[in-house]
Amino acid sequence: MQMHDAAEPLLRVRGLRRLYGRRVAIDEVSFDLWPGEVLAVVGESGSGKTTLLHSIAGHHAPDAGSVSFNAREHGHVDLYSMPEGRRRALARTDLGFVHQNAADGLRMNVSAGANVVERLMSLGQHNYGNLRAQAAEWLERVEIDPLRMDDTPLTFSGGMRQRLQIARNLITLPRLMFLDEPTSGLDVSVQARLLDLLRQLTRQLGLAAVLVTHDLAVARLLAHRMIVMQKGRVVESGLTDQVLDDPEHAYSQLLVSSVLPT
Amino acid sequence: MSSPVLQIENLGKRFTLHHQQRAQLPVLDDVNLSVRAGECVVIDGASGAGKSTLLKLVYANYRPTSGRVVLYPGTSQELDLAKAPERTLLAARRDVIGYVSQFLRAIPRVPALDVVAEPLMEGSTGGEAAAAAREEAGRWLERLRIPSRLWQLPPATFSGGEQQRVNIARSMIKPRPILLLDEPTASLDAANSRTVVELVHEARERGAAIVGVFHDPEIAAAVATRRVAVSQFGRNA
Repeated sequence: MQMHDAAEPLLRVRGLRRLYGRRVAIDEVSFDLWPGEVLAVVGESGSGKTTLLHSIAGHHAPDAGSVSFNAREHGHVDLYSMPEGRRRALARTDLGFVHQNAADGLRMNVSAGANVVERLMSLGQHNYGNLRAQAAEWLERVEIDPLRMDDTPLTFSGGMRQRLQIARNLITLPRLMFLDEPTSGLDVSVQARLLDLLRQLTRQLGLAAVLVTHDLAVARLLAHRMIVMQKGRVVESGLTDQVLDDPEHAYSQLLVSSVLPT
Repeated sequence: MSSPVLQIENLGKRFTLHHQQRAQLPVLDDVNLSVRAGECVVIDGASGAGKSTLLKLVYANYRPTSGRVVLYPGTSQELDLAKAPERTLLAARRDVIGYVSQFLRAIPRVPALDVVAEPLMEGSTGGEAAAAAREEAGRWLERLRIPSRLWQLPPATFSGGEQQRVNIARSMIKPRPILLLDEPTASLDAANSRTVVELVHEARERGAAIVGVFHDPEIAAAVATRRVAVSQFGRNA
């Protein structure tokens, strides 16, 4: 069956390990992510989910293992063996990162519009009219009234800040997004709106994403595949509905039955 | 006769409940079944006998404990779903296997028309493809008697029967070679049940290989070209 379009994964993670002092935060984590796939990473607090996300996003070098990204014109490149400047350029164009706490991913004291176009300016675009037009377009796409363009995110609600973070990342049409608990701390109705938006955008733009969440309903809605982490290791992986409907590992069964170990 | 499209070989499923003293629940054992293009195989058996489990194994929603689920056996396209990588399973669901479940899993804020059109839009871009997909979705909704005033509303607020009809339209709109039906008429009235019977006939006539479970014996009799009892599988649970 000729079923695949891409010949190579977008992201290749092999044998990843990261230590905090002598404590093992993550160990022996390996997976491939293909273009357009959304992968959920689930597990209780302290299981290593966020550490994994920062390691594969190029923020913290691992103590062992490798992360390679299929860059547009260069083929697969190891994120941590490339020069710092190139890694930063990659992070500003092909990658995106949405933080759990929007204040970590935004400049809170500059206007929403400036937040949205910052990546374009760092790439050398300086035409004021053009930048404003793009800011307005992306604010609209994430359902923020463009009339709010000159307000700072300090005046925005939690849900608006998360949407602003998303617009700020998507403006360069990245191919891979890292999402760290993007809906936690939001009201249920605001969550639904954000989830629907993320679902639409990942589909329309053919975006791949790694989504860290403790909310299995969020994972069910957004993710094609899932890995379950416990104590820094992947204990189970599969299609999202396989893991949720037919969990095989003892820890996954606990998670799915919502009887979280304390 | 044509060669099988779907071949189930020595398939077994046993659930291990780690937090119930590792209790073992054997549900299916040594199931063998071949389905050809243009066939509709109805699975008979008592409630709890494993009929839905079998469909879920073929859809790769459950992972088999033993055995194989083979698409296009004996051809260059042969694929064992029990061993296929996740990405291949996703592609098989997109292009080869349709599955009508009993319930619609509602997606917040997406209008019914788009819920139905979505399988036709996957992998295609551009407004023209989307418009054609929505037009086709409208035809399915009309046929399944969903009033057009509901088309732009998300199905979360619809009645159970309306949701099930949206689900049928969404699952059948793309003419996939294999179709799995898990009690698709469970909450439908007589007129809509008859429509589903027609839709199943049409799918069979275009060459789909169909496996179904029906609670209503009349509907089962109306769609089946062959009937298989779960007990015939050699189940020893």
